[in-house]
Amino acid sequence: MSESGTLREYVTAEIGGELIGLPILRVQDVFIPESPTRVPLAPPEIAGVLNLRGRILTLIDMRRRLGLGGAAGEKAMLAIGVELRGESYGLLIDAIGEVLKLDEDTREGNPVNLDPRLARVSMGIHRLNERLLMVIDVDRVLDIARESMAA
Amino acid sequence: MDDLLREFVTETNESLDVVDVELVRFEREPGNATIINNVFRLVHTIKGTCGFLGLPRLEALAHAAEALMGRFRDGVPATTDAVSLILATIDRIKQILEALEHEQREPDGADDDLISGLTCMAEGLDPKKPAQPQQQAVGTLVEQVLERPLLPGEDSLDDLERAFRATPVDPPQRRAKSPLGEAAKDDAERNGNQSIRVSVDTLEKLMTMVSELVLTRNQLLEIGRRHEESEFKTPLQRLSNVTAELQEGVMQTRMQPIGNAWQKLPRIVRDLSNELGKHIDLEMQGAETELDRQVLDLIKDPLTHMLRNSADHGLETPEERRSAGKPERGRIRLSAWHEGGFIVIQVADDGRGLDTERIKAKAVAQGLATEADLDKLSEQQIHKFIFAPGFSTAVEVTSISGRGVGMDVVRTNIDQIGGTIDVRSVPGVGVSFTVKIPLTLAIVSALIVEAGGDRYAIPQLAVIELVRAHGGSEHRIERIKDTAVLRLRDKLLPVARLSRLLGIAPSAAENVETGFIVVTQVGTQTFGIVVDAVFHTEEIVVKPMSSKLRHIAMFCGNTILGDGSVIMIIDPNGIAQALGRTAASQLQGAGGGETAAETAEEAAQATSLLLFRAGSARPKAVPLSLVTRLEEIDARKIELSNGRHMIQYRGQLMPLVRMDDSVTVRSDGAQPLLVFSDGLRSMALVVDEIVDIVEDRLDIEVAGGGEGVLGSAIIKGQATEIVDVGHFLPLAFEDWFRRKEQAATPRRRAVLLVDDSPFFRNMLAPVLQAAGFDVTTAGSGAEALAHVDDGGAVDIVITDIEMPDMDGFALTQALRRHPRGAELPVIGLSSIVSAEAIARGREVGFHDYVAKFDRQGLIAALKEQSEFGRAA
Repeated sequence: MSESGTLREYVTAEIGGELIGLPILRVQDVFIPESPTRVPLAPPEIAGVLNLRGRILTLIDMRRRLGLGGAAGEKAMLAIGVELRGESYGLLIDAIGEVLKLDEDTREGNPVNLDPRLARVSMGIHRLNERLLMVIDVDRVLDIARESMAA
Repeated sequence: MDDLLREFVTETNESLDVVDVELVRFEREPGNATIINNVFRLVHTIKGTCGFLGLPRLEALAHAAEALMGRFRDGVPATTDAVSLILATIDRIKQILEALEHEQREPDGADDDLISGLTCMAEGLDPKKPAQPQQQAVGTLVEQVLERPLLPGEDSLDDLERAFRATPVDPPQRRAKSPLGEAAKDDAERNGNQSIRVSVDTLEKLMTMVSELVLTRNQLLEIGRRHEESEFKTPLQRLSNVTAELQEGVMQTRMQPIGNAWQKLPRIVRDLSNELGKHIDLEMQGAETELDRQVLDLIKDPLTHMLRNSADHGLETPEERRSAGKPERGRIRLSAWHEGGFIVIQVADDGRGLDTERIKAKAVAQGLATEADLDKLSEQQIHKFIFAPGFSTAVEVTSISGRGVGMDVVRTNIDQIGGTIDVRSVPGVGVSFTVKIPLTLAIVSALIVEAGGDRYAIPQLAVIELVRAHGGSEHRIERIKDTAVLRLRDKLLPVARLSRLLGIAPSAAENVETGFIVVTQVGTQTFGIVVDAVFHTEEIVVKPMSSKLRHIAMFCGNTILGDGSVIMIIDPNGIAQALGRTAASQLQGAGGGETAAETAEEAAQATSLLLFRAGSARPKAVPLSLVTRLEEIDARKIELSNGRHMIQYRGQLMPLVRMDDSVTVRSDGAQPLLVFSDGLRSMALVVDEIVDIVEDRLDIEVAGGGEGVLGSAIIKGQATEIVDVGHFLPLAFEDWFRRKEQAATPRRRAVLLVDDSPFFRNMLAPVLQAAGFDVTTAGSGAEALAHVDDGGAVDIVITDIEMPDMDGFALTQALRRHPRGAELPVIGLSSIVSAEAIARGREVGFHDYVAKFDRQGLIAALKEQSEFGRAA
């Protein structure tokens, strides 16, 4: 039910040259991932696990997850903490941006020719002054095991 | 809610659960006065409390039920109808209680239906007085202090009081507040009676805090280790001990016997029996197995569902069972046990087994797979479709199961707690569901190791010993082409590098021949995990893997170490499986282009063979498990005595045997030997070169082929002679067999050896003969049955499990039905020895279960069974 003038708040972030936005209510915190542990045999999108204040959190390599290029081995500096069904995740990003209030009405659907890897996690595009902001569906970003198992 | 009322609801619910169980028991043992007295007392207490709290509906119901039970206590036999009626009343009471809990008052409604039923039945069953109108009871009102008219169905207080006084009271009820742990160990009968109620949240918080405390303690210890001389040392040690005790105590409060989750099941089974017209016996084993109460709550529903499923779909009707030659009463067995860091729960029935064809049809109809896909799958893989969403094979939708919400719901529930579920089915024999749930909150002791630059934890429980291997030591890792083995005392153990198993690049300093070997045991399988370094053992808090990583079989959880870093906990079961898979994938590489199903099939029947050359260029092979060790000795140490080659080996003279004259015993350089041992004696077979260890299926295609050769088989695409070790043993020691024969008892026990492979028959028969048994061989289950039919001598049956047409399980079952075979000891032989297979063997009635090449184990099992047979 998107009434005209409904404003949604998004936390924006840079990853692999793209600007993405996450619904602010889904974002728990932003932190610097310190000494993550790699997990052998894990799906490639999983960058490792780490201890954040006594909880074990799974790090998602957003570059891989979104199928974005980027220098391999380039260390992501930040992670956005999100939760799904009681589990904590950290989405690795290059840089964190400002919080934007955007009108639901101006959100447009995914272009049909959008890379399928992006299309499956994108809820639409906002045209900002300078560039485009892709609205990310956190649940779908985290829907990793099923896809890799089906493959 | 009022505290008093809450207390009442909880307590009454618990009492009712006990009443449920006890009534079902009473129905089966109508003469057992203890049971009915116990039930009577509980219901009386409920009634009394209801009166006190002003809950007329509950009171009236409890009262009517009590009156009927009073009749049973007076010696009137309990009929199914009567028990059903009481159970229905208890259900109604539960409904009212539930409403009471939510609305804090009794819901409106009438219970005349039940009450009049109960009263009628109570009157009708009265042994002393004929049925009389209930108003009769009102006549005694005069004497009472009751200040209201009697409710429908009430007896006078006097009557009841008399009845109650006449009920012998059990030893004083322990109402003292004792720790939960103790209560948990108590009988189900007294369950919940001696405990204080603490909300689960409180315990949960306590547990989290203790976990944090343990981690902090570990951190402190870590720091303490770095400062050798520190005044903190003593208090730190005390803190550590206290933490450990605290942790144990808190863990204990959370643990409950799984029997608590099973309490409702006898009642359910009883109702199902009646509803379905099947006779069902429910066996419960391991009810005392403890697990975390949170996990316990979560598995209650899946367990109930599985049980319903077994009763409804699994078991046949009495007629069907009779015609299938089975006892009329179906059996469902519920068992639980601890295995490693897991609790395993099994629900097994002895029904018809899963209908593979129907599952296939359904899978196709639902678009889960195509016909072509299905052809490639093994039966077991097809059976797994029952866990697919919306899958139900029941033709008709019944009230019990088959509503399309079936095993998939069970699986989802079990998935959520990080568990796994597996199904095994044997047509005509039954289905067993095995649920494996990690004790997720458990704190376990683990060995911290390093591999490929990262640290991992290996649960101490699975570790047998640590071996340091390097070139000069007695324990060496040797490579036979791609397969690494470790010589450890009398055994060759398969070993694998952890870094390789985990698919991480080995560190630069990697040296294949050195490293630490963690000798690990899973079930009957022993193997070595090679790691780069071993640090120390640490108490770790097992945290479940993220749901995104749970599919990785190598890990069973992760944990936070003392220094704050996260490490993975290795699952020894996963490693054991991976070792098997490596072999299978090598096989696939060699054969090329086989389908997955074929490979799986072959892997199941594959045998580890040691390939070597001796004399001719043609490769020869011998099953690896028959070989005690591989040696390479300095040829100058070989002595010639009385025309025979000997060598001093481990303080004994060991004879060297040549395959034939074409083999030369070297006079200098290194001489490779295959050492075979039997008890204290060893002999060595002189070979030119050890070539490889391969995992392959053994099909002897050409039998015979000279002395000491069983025949030829194609191994890795080459015709290979299979060497008969049994032939060479007597060559080494002329008295090898004779000695045994002298020791043998006057009457030799007759062994019937059933195996479809001529190789095994030929290989085992001499070995068994040497051990003092008379051996008859059979190439199939049918042949074996014919032998028994003909009255052939049989004292013990040894059967292979994997055979075409009639497998070992089916044969055993057929034997059990045979007049001569019912009591025969049966030993199962298999190349797959897993806990599951052993459990299944036990189900069909194997007396013992031995790995195919475990010759010592087989003979030990035979001796044991024949002793048993003699004693009987």
